Amino acid sequence: MIISILIIPLLGGIILLLSSKRPRWHFTVNFLVSSASLIAAVIVLTQTVSGRILTLQIGNWPAPFGITLVADLLSSVMVLLTAIIGWAVAIYANKYVNAHQAGEGFFALMQLMLFGIYGAFLTGDMFNLYVWFEVLLIASFSLMTLGSTSRQTEGAFKYVLLNLVASAFFLVGIGLLYGVAGTLNMADLARKAAMMENTIVLQTVALIFMVSFGIKAAVFPLYFWLPASYHTAPIPVAAIFAGLLTKVGVYALIRVFSLIFIHDTNFTHTILLIVAGLTMLSGVIGAAAQNDFRRILSFHIISQIGYMIMGLALFTPLAVAGAVFYIIHHIIVKSNLFLIAGIVERIHGSFDVSRLGDVYKKWPLLALLFFIPAFSLAGIPPLSGFWAKLTVIKAGLDIRQFAIVFVALGVGLLTIFSMTKIWAQVFWKEQPITKEHRNTGNNPVWMELIPVAFLALLTIIIGLLAGPVFEISNRAAEQLLNHKPYIEAVLGGGR
Amino acid sequence: MELLLMLLAVFALAALAPLLYSFTRGNTGWLLAIFPFMLTAYLLLNIPQTMTGHSVQFDWMWIHGLDIHLAFYLDGLSLIFSILVTGIGGLILLFTGQYLGNAGLIGRFYSYLLLFMGSMLGLLWASDLITLFVFWELTSISSYLLIGYNHEDEQSRRAALQALLITAGGGLLLLAGFLLLAQIGGSFSFHILRSSGRSIQHHALYPLILILILFGAFTKSAQFPFHFWLPNAMKAPTPVSAFLHSATMVKAGIYLLARLNPVLGQTELWHMLISTTGAVTMLMGAILAIRQVDLKKILAYSTISALGTLVLLMGLDTKAAFKAALVFLLVHSFYKGALFMITGAIDHSTGSRDIRHLSNLKKSMPMLSVSLILASFSLAGLPPLLGFISKELVYEAKLQAPNAAWLITSFGVLANMLMVALAATIVLRPVFSGKSGVAVKHPPSAFLLVGPIILSALGLVVGLYPQMIAASLLEPALIAIQAEVTTIKLALWHGVNPVLLLSLLTFLGGVIIYILTRLYPDHFKKPLLSQVMKADTMYDDALDKFLKLAKQITLFIQHGNLRYYLFVTLLTISGLLLFYLLTEQMAITLPVLAEIRVSDMTLLVLILLSALMMVLTGSRILAIVALGVIGYAVALIFFSYGAPDLAMTQFSIETLSIIVFVLVLRKLPKFSRLSGRLSKTRDAFIALLLGGIITVISFLVMHQQPTKEASTFFTENSYTAAKGKNIVNVILVDFRALDTLGEITVLAIAAIGIVGMLKLKNQKGTSSP
Repeated sequence: MIISILIIPLLGGIILLLSSKRPRWHFTVNFLVSSASLIAAVIVLTQTVSGRILTLQIGNWPAPFGITLVADLLSSVMVLLTAIIGWAVAIYANKYVNAHQAGEGFFALMQLMLFGIYGAFLTGDMFNLYVWFEVLLIASFSLMTLGSTSRQTEGAFKYVLLNLVASAFFLVGIGLLYGVAGTLNMADLARKAAMMENTIVLQTVALIFMVSFGIKAAVFPLYFWLPASYHTAPIPVAAIFAGLLTKVGVYALIRVFSLIFIHDTNFTHTILLIVAGLTMLSGVIGAAAQNDFRRILSFHIISQIGYMIMGLALFTPLAVAGAVFYIIHHIIVKSNLFLIAGIVERIHGSFDVSRLGDVYKKWPLLALLFFIPAFSLAGIPPLSGFWAKLTVIKAGLDIRQFAIVFVALGVGLLTIFSMTKIWAQVFWKEQPITKEHRNTGNNPVWMELIPVAFLALLTIIIGLLAGPVFEISNRAAEQLLNHKPYIEAVLGGGR
Repeated sequence: MELLLMLLAVFALAALAPLLYSFTRGNTGWLLAIFPFMLTAYLLLNIPQTMTGHSVQFDWMWIHGLDIHLAFYLDGLSLIFSILVTGIGGLILLFTGQYLGNAGLIGRFYSYLLLFMGSMLGLLWASDLITLFVFWELTSISSYLLIGYNHEDEQSRRAALQALLITAGGGLLLLAGFLLLAQIGGSFSFHILRSSGRSIQHHALYPLILILILFGAFTKSAQFPFHFWLPNAMKAPTPVSAFLHSATMVKAGIYLLARLNPVLGQTELWHMLISTTGAVTMLMGAILAIRQVDLKKILAYSTISALGTLVLLMGLDTKAAFKAALVFLLVHSFYKGALFMITGAIDHSTGSRDIRHLSNLKKSMPMLSVSLILASFSLAGLPPLLGFISKELVYEAKLQAPNAAWLITSFGVLANMLMVALAATIVLRPVFSGKSGVAVKHPPSAFLLVGPIILSALGLVVGLYPQMIAASLLEPALIAIQAEVTTIKLALWHGVNPVLLLSLLTFLGGVIIYILTRLYPDHFKKPLLSQVMKADTMYDDALDKFLKLAKQITLFIQHGNLRYYLFVTLLTISGLLLFYLLTEQMAITLPVLAEIRVSDMTLLVLILLSALMMVLTGSRILAIVALGVIGYAVALIFFSYGAPDLAMTQFSIETLSIIVFVLVLRKLPKFSRLSGRLSKTRDAFIALLLGGIITVISFLVMHQQPTKEASTFFTENSYTAAKGKNIVNVILVDFRALDTLGEITVLAIAAIGIVGMLKLKNQKGTSSP
């Protein structure tokens, strides 16, 4: 079953590349492929939700010699979230991708980027993870620059360069890791790392990975590429980026710092905790200084990455469960907010909040659809973000980490401030009339409202039925902290 | 179950209100009011049950792993509060229908009002800390939406944001307090926490927990120094001020203190923090109230004073104090709700709320004047109204205060004198003065009158027959707080005692203050207590400063210069690694030179020289060639260590990339050096630092002997199982085929990306030259 997750977007991408240039056709095929991915992702989750770990030894070469694909609960959840966002954007993109972009492979690139993301979540091999990082990096870079202006290209350049630096570090780390462990299979690494007597090199590799994945995850002080580039991408692309790209980095951090590098958590996870605090703080401060709808949202991504890293850094079962819950909540909410920003821009012709206004009066449904994810992000109960925040804060209080808890609470208040800023400026305020700016005359259409409403509904459901979602997060955390089943599933029980 | 169903019904009604409004327009108000009145009836019917100590319960496991329940119960304490919410809520809905007419986004207004009502009921019925918190925050949010109802007015938006930030900020601390409390107490459930009160109070974290929770209660109930959001919240339409910001929502903090008293009360800290805050707020609110001319502002500040009184009584923590607090809660909601609605009705009819401009209301609005007088008498604490009884009880409680009884009592007397003067101010001139003031455009209609009349009449009726609330409402509520059965006797006349003397003193003092305000009006406009008044501007300053700081910090971090981004990134990894290596005790032994072969040495020198050349040369071609030399040298190293196939691969890749580079180079502009000496030195330093660190780590790796399982496996199986002679090839296409698939995809994507970029650029170029 795992392989279908990878085959569907790959085949989809190829079909889209080879097929005719009519945009309508691209849109339809892309939608069908995304739907198929969604179904496959749901099926995988139903198989792993009970705690079973699915594995696939590619080419039937036994682990740790070949490449193993592994779907534990965390991976399955990440895959499903990716499929959900891919599906929602597939519908939404219809209105935003012009005929030229579609003709030049926009949707093909999108499927191939998703291919890379799925691969990163499913692989059980360190070098293979590097390959997936490359796939999604080049695909995201291409999408960012497709039909872009020179200003956009500048942002994309910063993005690709800093991420290549991350890849280079990753590769150095992989080399060193292979040098000391003689294997790159994650389960095998976990087994060998636990038995290693001299852990000095292992620890340096941990730090190198921390920086490399830290760049991908956009933590302090390595996040420069994100605010430089996210607001330059086309909205459907930006929505996928916002929800998923940094989360690949966060996923990688969680994976290696719960499975492999756990010999000296006092050192590594304390660094992570400090990083978490600074990340949430600098992100939310950055957001307060912005006036562009997308830039505010972009800085909030950084801020919220901080909460996820906080969960990992506290490293109790509850804290890790909190991190997983936070990821689930964040991906759905964040992508949705970008989609809404796109609708507002299409109607009112600007992303600049000081130039916007009137949406609340003219488009009540759109206002409601913004209100839900925005206040979920701000941690208002009973929406999804509240439970995410509650879990990590409780985890911090339980082990008396007061400093990080109070940073998290303060950042929570500033997040409310930021979301109300958008609400007051874009939705409540009367739109100022200026010469150079006029409304486009567009109305919101169902094609863009349906995916937004779908994601908003998920936000509400996660909030009201937080029990099952927490249960899944909790089980995923248990799997992450208890390695035996993972190692046995990959390497076989006999070893 | 019925509690949950009723809540769901309120929220469903809130969701449907805009739809209903589009059909029923002007009739929406009273139609919607039916349901809250039905709820009131239900609650009243539940009185016999709560009198016997039974409570209605609902419990649903919300999050099993955290032991969080969605749980409700209705006992004496929540009953008395919820009757106020539904009863006054119904009257407010009647009032709103007329007051707002058909202007603006009324459907949404009803939605928010009902959303608030449901949230408030949920808050009151909750028997689980987290359930309570969920609804606590929802009341803040609905308050935000209601204060900002006139959303195009900047002042309204500011007031809405201010109220939200203050209450939600307190809410976050409250949440932290709840989480700690539950961890120590072992549960989120009130029932369980109640029984572990003693052990919680002796815990080392008790002071922190109490302070965190008090932040929540004090911000919500507008206690000093968080009081300033409440007068600003008067930007909301008057029904909102009447309902949320005087009668119900601001009492949530009081409710929380009463509810948690069995768990956290009866300690020195509780007495000290809560009574001090309450006493200061009580007096300050009263002093500020007398200085206002806008009726709504007068009422807002007097509400702050009343909330201070309630908080003070919670802090006294005696039976007499709780009894007084419960009666005062009722009477305050009655008269304050009435006064706000009267203000709204006057505003609606005359277009003014300025007491200097209002006059002769007894002629123009006789019914309203009667209820204004009744409500004001209650405010002043005059007999035979319920306000008198409650004031007597409050004095009694203050006289019996465990600490500083005389200080507290004198604060109270002073505040009540001011209330008397305030009552005189809002009644005497506006109602009885014959001078002509603002004209009455249209007399208030019946729906505007119903609310004020019922509420002010309640103050009179209950004042005359106080025993009707004693056994039915007060005793069950008191049991809920104090867990012991008590009989309550209420009466207007207690005989001559110290309390009565204090009442007389209060009345006389109030009259004198009123006369003084009339004689020297300017004296009362002077900026007294200027520091206290400044809380509002301090909020603005703080917000301003924060935004400026945020801009500076962000500009400092995210300045846009890619070179510095790289600089910071490389410095971060170098710093981390260096820090770690320096803290770690270890021996780094360099490989003995004799072990190094001559051929290796030659290659090493070649690589170093080429690297140096690449960095120093001013020609791109030379740099590329130097890079190529490094690549070839590395390939030779592979070769010399017995990996010819790997070396071949490396050779071809190097050759290819050099060719591509050279082809592209021709298109580039002329090479120029832009960096100064300093930045070059800095860059060289970082490069050498990072390179040095990686070298050291590489040496360290050489000391570790990992198992060779993988290479052994590949060597053994590549021919036998995978049928290939070249191991590198077999690894690429078979053992690790997935990697190769990925890399092929990377190349394909790069190709698509480049083609797309160029094509779209060209099209743009042709369309707009």
